[in-house]
Amino acid sequence: MTGCCNRRAVTLAVGALAAPLALSAQTSAFPEPPPSTPAATLVVPRVRSASLGNGIQLRIVEQPELPLAQVTLVVAGGSRLDGDAPGLASFMAGMLDEGAGARDALALQSEIAYLGASLSAFADWDRVVVSLKAPVRTLPAALDLMADVVMRPTFRATEVRRQRDLRLTSLLQRRDQPNALADLAFNQVVFPAAHPYHRCALGDSASVARFDSVGVRSFYDRLLRPDRATIYVVGDVDEPQARRLVQERFGAWRGAAVAMPAPPLLPPVPAREVSRVFLVDKPQAAQSVIIIGWPGVERTTPDYAAITVMNTVLGGSFSSRLNTNLRETKGYTYGASSGFSWRVAPGPFSASASVRTDVTDSSLVEFFRELRAIRDTLVPAVEVARAKAYVELRLPGSLESTTQVANQLAQLAMFGLTLEELPRFAAQVRAVTSADVQRVARRYLAPDQAAIVVVGDLGRIRPGIEALRLGEITVLEVGQIAR
Amino acid sequence: MHRSLRVLLVLLLLAPAGTMAGQSAPAGAASRLRVPVTVDTLPNGLTLIVHEDHSVPNVTTNVWYHVGSGDERPGRTGFAHLFEHLMFMGSENAPYPQFDRLLEAAGASNNGSTTEDRTNYFEAGPSNSLPLMLWLEADRMGWMLPTMDSVKVDLQRDVVKNERRQGVENQPYGIATDILPPALYPKDHPYSWPVIGSMTDLSAAALEDVKDFFRQYYAPNNATIVVAGAVQTDSVRRLVRQYFGNIPRGPAITRPAPASFTVRDTSIVAEDRVQLPRLYLAWHTVKANHRDDAPLSILSYLLTGARNSRLTNALVYQGEVASGVSAFSDTKRLDGDYSIVATARPGVGLDSLKGMIDRELERLSREGPTARELEQAKNATESSFLNALEFVSAKADQLNEYYYFQGTPDYFQRELDELRAVSAEDIRRVVHTYLRGPRVMLSIVPQGRRELAATRRVVQ
Repeated sequence: MTGCCNRRAVTLAVGALAAPLALSAQTSAFPEPPPSTPAATLVVPRVRSASLGNGIQLRIVEQPELPLAQVTLVVAGGSRLDGDAPGLASFMAGMLDEGAGARDALALQSEIAYLGASLSAFADWDRVVVSLKAPVRTLPAALDLMADVVMRPTFRATEVRRQRDLRLTSLLQRRDQPNALADLAFNQVVFPAAHPYHRCALGDSASVARFDSVGVRSFYDRLLRPDRATIYVVGDVDEPQARRLVQERFGAWRGAAVAMPAPPLLPPVPAREVSRVFLVDKPQAAQSVIIIGWPGVERTTPDYAAITVMNTVLGGSFSSRLNTNLRETKGYTYGASSGFSWRVAPGPFSASASVRTDVTDSSLVEFFRELRAIRDTLVPAVEVARAKAYVELRLPGSLESTTQVANQLAQLAMFGLTLEELPRFAAQVRAVTSADVQRVARRYLAPDQAAIVVVGDLGRIRPGIEALRLGEITVLEVGQIAR
Repeated sequence: MHRSLRVLLVLLLLAPAGTMAGQSAPAGAASRLRVPVTVDTLPNGLTLIVHEDHSVPNVTTNVWYHVGSGDERPGRTGFAHLFEHLMFMGSENAPYPQFDRLLEAAGASNNGSTTEDRTNYFEAGPSNSLPLMLWLEADRMGWMLPTMDSVKVDLQRDVVKNERRQGVENQPYGIATDILPPALYPKDHPYSWPVIGSMTDLSAAALEDVKDFFRQYYAPNNATIVVAGAVQTDSVRRLVRQYFGNIPRGPAITRPAPASFTVRDTSIVAEDRVQLPRLYLAWHTVKANHRDDAPLSILSYLLTGARNSRLTNALVYQGEVASGVSAFSDTKRLDGDYSIVATARPGVGLDSLKGMIDRELERLSREGPTARELEQAKNATESSFLNALEFVSAKADQLNEYYYFQGTPDYFQRELDELRAVSAEDIRRVVHTYLRGPRVMLSIVPQGRRELAATRRVVQ
């Protein structure tokens, strides 16, 4: 019950040389503002690469500050491979540590925790990830358990049924959550029915109800293979030791005979011709959840640095235009933000906020004001400089813990990049100009071709939204969105 | 001092396996965890704690003002947190919106938070931005009022009301935030309302309240500042004296001393727009710093920290009556409480959850945990404690917390010692003492489904 009320909805981390700012008259008692000095240059840790005979790629970063190690195994291919069984990749990943080797779900967890280790497994759109954090002292024993989880999951029928019922319950509970409903509706209207992103990676109740031990194992056999796997070892483990630890446990891993094909390269999703509005009724809601967006862009675009700076100005920092306008000036919301979802196949761009019910229409007006202004008018140099600093100087902080380093490596690898990309990215950010920001805003923001999703009390908000004439209005049923 | 924390931690974690497996730590200096700090108090009463950690080129500042919702009075609930928002609205030498803009331009993030007992403000960023962070914190500690006006109060009042809507009104089961505190604490006790406050009281807060509150609580003698990261202690001391030295000391602070009260069994049923019923059980425990604080922490792991924990196992894995269950101990300056929250599976009423929870508590109070269970709980708790120390900002806030509640910032090893020393008998005793007596029982059920609520009837 400790109420810990953070001031921000937007989490921040930042950066750069303080721009000169005119400050008001000093009081005699208070010193002048400190002069700015240069920040330390970004230094990325050295990554050592190796591969095992069975095709496993190994990436090692020695980080001896604390006697801890992070070991992350990533298999290429995630929820995009669900096919006609939505939710299967994420369900299979979740089942990996619900019983493996000689241990059932409870015994496995007991043993991992006893070692002071923690282990988790999940899937995202592009990967299956198994993550272990352990004190180096117990790392060998913890890695034995991780190897069981990766190579010898049991998928016992009773455990599959239990987790399936729990998954069905959590799918049902999404109907209570306005943010979850808004996300589901947004993905359904931005991506066409045949596109994997149209569906929820957790699946739907019809699909999940069919999951059984045989189906889960078959999916596992075809997906989890050494030739699709990369293992990251970060922490107080030197390179020879890391290679030995991994070789001893994963060296004999052989994949099943039939491999799943890599996910198809998806053609870019065309933006809709005109904006449309999609409403979901949540009677008596105190707030409306708004999401505005369209299909995004590849992470590998040469415009990535400029897009990141542009989005930081628009809705990617506390001082961004959306948050300043909707929160700090108007008081409509606790926080407004925007962002591109970077996935192997482009995810969406979205701008969102939870706003007071009686200012839902006014909030939409302000969202579109900002989405248009950043395209129509050159962003002042001082504002661009602040955003560039924010982006560049937060980079060192993203490499503080062993887990963060492993995550960064794995994230970059999804796009064929290494840690060396970070200093390159920093240099690209430094080179971004106001003209670049406007160019990418015009190219990648499409306010006249937007999907506009609002979840709220339609009886109160619909007339105001209609009056804005943003586009044709469609009402979506909760049961149709959260199936 | 370079990397000294990390060196000492190595020694700790390389200690014999028996240490981690639950035996008390050997007294040898080799296994002691130390987070080296210097502590200074300025003539105006401001306490400065500096910890050097050069592992990444970053720094964190973390200021605690010793005021929270526990210092509020009825009619102005939520004020301490509203005030926190106003601290970002500009000060004499850094008028709005310079605070955020200067920090972002320097590569630093910032935020604040409010609890019953304290309000904290923190910045994190490249170590060269430390002078700016300190300058901004000093300006708002000393020169915030001249720029304060009712327009700013009105604006942040709206923002905070939106925060409340987002976290309470528009959240499934959010009504529990309003129901539990007044059920656990008597009227007028400052823990009898939520930190976020009520809409009515937020509406009532006025500019004069802001001024009074600032003068009373936002003074150097009611604050401590931690600076942690890639810094030189001496230069931090110089900067802090330079920026904070001229801020005048504030008046001595008197805090509410609530009268003692008797706890009574309370049963509440509330309806919400939810699919599934949820049960809340809450008891009174002890203040922070009490000897039973550590056993209560370990107990939470034993009940719901892992799949094989007692309640998770019984309700989610074996009984399959709940979709989830969690237990947590919240010990505070004036009092403490303990909660167990469980959500039913479709088709299950809350009486069966309550029956299973009570059976497990009764068994634990009679038999205590097994040695193996206790060892798992201690090892897991200790690991998550140590993993947090990878982050300088987590260490900084912990130093402030220890300084306030324990009187010394480097309490890390002693907390570990306390956790390690917890015995099966301690667990048995705290379950018996605190979780078998009077309690608040709240059932939140789907609208029109009161028959799903838990009843007082004992279920066998």
